[in-house]
Amino acid sequence: MLTQVPLEHILLLSAALFTIGVLAVITKRHAVVVLMGIELIFNAANLNLVAFSRHDPQMMQGQMFSLFVILVAAAEAAVALAIVLRVYQHFKTANLNEVVS
Amino acid sequence: MLFYVFALLAIVSGAYMVLTRNLLYAGFSLLLTLLSVAAIYVLLFADFVAVTQLMVYVGGVLVLILFGIMLSSRVHDKSVMSENVNVGWGITIALLTLIGLGYTIWQAGFSSLPWLQQTDTDVLAGQKSTVQLIGIKLMTDFVLPFEIASLLLLIALMGAAYIATDKQKV
Repeated sequence: MLTQVPLEHILLLSAALFTIGVLAVITKRHAVVVLMGIELIFNAANLNLVAFSRHDPQMMQGQMFSLFVILVAAAEAAVALAIVLRVYQHFKTANLNEVVS
Repeated sequence: MLFYVFALLAIVSGAYMVLTRNLLYAGFSLLLTLLSVAAIYVLLFADFVAVTQLMVYVGGVLVLILFGIMLSSRVHDKSVMSENVNVGWGITIALLTLIGLGYTIWQAGFSSLPWLQQTDTDVLAGQKSTVQLIGIKLMTDFVLPFEIASLLLLIALMGAAYIATDKQKV
């Protein structure tokens, strides 16, 4: 039943999620929301990888790659949030426009 | 079709994440987006990736983000709100990106590519789960990236703990 979903529709959903992530990164001022936009961009890329991996049933390279992307995204989020907390303690704000030395 | 329900849910909650100015609402709508993407992974025969998404993103990264929101904003004086900047430019760039990506996907014609057409996805529908195959792959073909990933996680853990410690109190 699901095999009838065309590949283009999955790719278009991924493009929409990527666009929303880019919009969040550009328009938001709070550092944590910018991080959330970056997570959304990671998810869009992963969706592409998994969608193409459906046509590669023996090797599963897309799914393996998406697992490593999830892993690196988790490491990135941990380090970035630690940096955001340090910035907040130092500047008393997490607003990216007010973080000036 | 179930796929379109979850796709609509993902896009709507993602759009709400951008539109709302309350940081906590943005965090919880990101939760809904991540859950819908996990459901779409299940529908695309990627059950192990879906479970990993649930455990790592929903259980780990999102909790971390909520902690970050609560620790980096003064909740009592209404500064959990965040203002928007560059709205005009942001919408312009996002629309251009969406149009460009959509046009490219439409023009590329992936469905008519030979290696996509000759694979029968019924092979995947027949097998029960991808866990065994992914385990074998991780221990044979992908063992070096697996080990490097463990090293990277260790470095990230130590680095995050070192950065976040308060140096004055220690």
